[in-house]
Amino acid sequence: MSAQTDKRHPYRRPIRGWWKRDRYYIRYLAMEATSILIALYALILLFGLLRLGQGEAAFNGWLEALRSSPSVALHVLLLLVFIYHSYSWFKVMPKTLPAIYWRGAKLPQPVITRIGVCAAVIVNLLVIILFTGLQP
Amino acid sequence: MKRSNEPVFWALFGAGGMLSALTGVALVFITGIGVPLALLLSPELMSYANMLAFAQHWFGKLVIFAVIALFLWHATLRILLLLHDFGIRAGPASALIGNGLALLCTLAAAYLLLALGF
Amino acid sequence: MTDGNKIIEMEVLRYRPEQDQEPFYQSYEVPFLDDWSVLQGLQYIKDDLDGTLSFRWSCRMAICGSCGMMINGVPGLGCRSFLRNYHPGKLRVAALEHFPIERDLVVVVDDFMNKLAQIKPYLIPKQERRLDQGEYLQTPQQLEQYRQFSTCINCMLCYAACPQYGMNTDFTGPGILALMHRYNADSRDDGRAQRMELGHADAGVWGCTAVGYCSEVCPKDVDPAHAINQNKMGSAIDYFLRFVKPRGASQ
Repeated sequence: MSAQTDKRHPYRRPIRGWWKRDRYYIRYLAMEATSILIALYALILLFGLLRLGQGEAAFNGWLEALRSSPSVALHVLLLLVFIYHSYSWFKVMPKTLPAIYWRGAKLPQPVITRIGVCAAVIVNLLVIILFTGLQP
Repeated sequence: MKRSNEPVFWALFGAGGMLSALTGVALVFITGIGVPLALLLSPELMSYANMLAFAQHWFGKLVIFAVIALFLWHATLRILLLLHDFGIRAGPASALIGNGLALLCTLAAAYLLLALGF
Repeated sequence: MTDGNKIIEMEVLRYRPEQDQEPFYQSYEVPFLDDWSVLQGLQYIKDDLDGTLSFRWSCRMAICGSCGMMINGVPGLGCRSFLRNYHPGKLRVAALEHFPIERDLVVVVDDFMNKLAQIKPYLIPKQERRLDQGEYLQTPQQLEQYRQFSTCINCMLCYAACPQYGMNTDFTGPGILALMHRYNADSRDDGRAQRMELGHADAGVWGCTAVGYCSEVCPKDVDPAHAINQNKMGSAIDYFLRFVKPRGASQ
């Protein structure tokens, strides 16, 4: 060890709270945090399935709860969360795909996003339409 | 170098993310706003009789199972990553608990659907 | 040259290992011309105000990758950021985040250099090509598969941006994984199986959580997030099919 290298003392900065350093990180974590509400909705449906198995009275109780103001307010929030999810999902999706060629040119990522979002709008509408066709 | 087992959870995350991106808005509207408020939709469509018939049909079972399970698995990976990003490092314990809960709910959904019969 | 000019206050993160316990910010009043880069500001400080300030630089035209630093908290190249954009106001300059500070704005880059060697950053052809066989031929579309990822200047801004690398340096990181993809995607190369041994691991593509900040800060539009994440699908398929595939085949 020379006298030069003995003087080396690299300083490691703390990583704690990294996400507070930049608005990009905060936006990213906010996006990821919305997944908590996606889980919540799935659990609401799971609970409905449980009630369905417990008979008509129990299931009607679940339906009654869904009609309450707090529940409707929650579902309006959930609606916004899922709309945001549909958009942000297709915003990230092009990164996970290899380059797609259309008529000789590479499809730009924003175009792929737009196609995805359009697909989401169409499929979601289809789901609502199909639901109305659910006759006993 | 040891191969990562992440693909299992990533595949579930991806399937759930795609399904929720394509159907989430509609499902939330139907179950949480449209039917409860009789807005654009007839509440009869979600009656006990109708939903029981749907859940007893093999297609209905598939739909209900896919939505509950895949939405949950999608959220599980992201929530576990959130914990990791916030520096809450419970190590393998958090992954075990998180994935364990998702698995429990998946099995519960399957059991409940099968218990309804065909 | 600098009389009657605008002045900007530059706060630079200092660290002298032989005398400092911790880094600290030191302020300098820097007169500048409109076309001055942050790098030129630092050079003025070193030439005229404080010769002890240490920082890396070379080409001053965003091709050597030496002058990566944190500029008001955002990873950027000193030579490609301009003082006029931060004036009036204070400009904070610090060493590239997520790397240990050697001295002032100089960071320890050993981890990056070691990892670079790990991914075999050179063409590994299926067969050695003889001179009389002539050049490799490549269509524009084949070139397009990897061209973007070959423009990396190893500036490491993406490492300063990547929180996964910041939290765990076992992760290979954005730039080097993008370079790994650059070689895998080159039609002249046949070394994918060798490189994916690392790629399939947690230190490989699976350490990435698609934050995407790496691609945001890249001065060359390499888009490392794209390079890494487009390999997840292939790695996952390979994971599930690996017991069914014919021997020797690996993606």
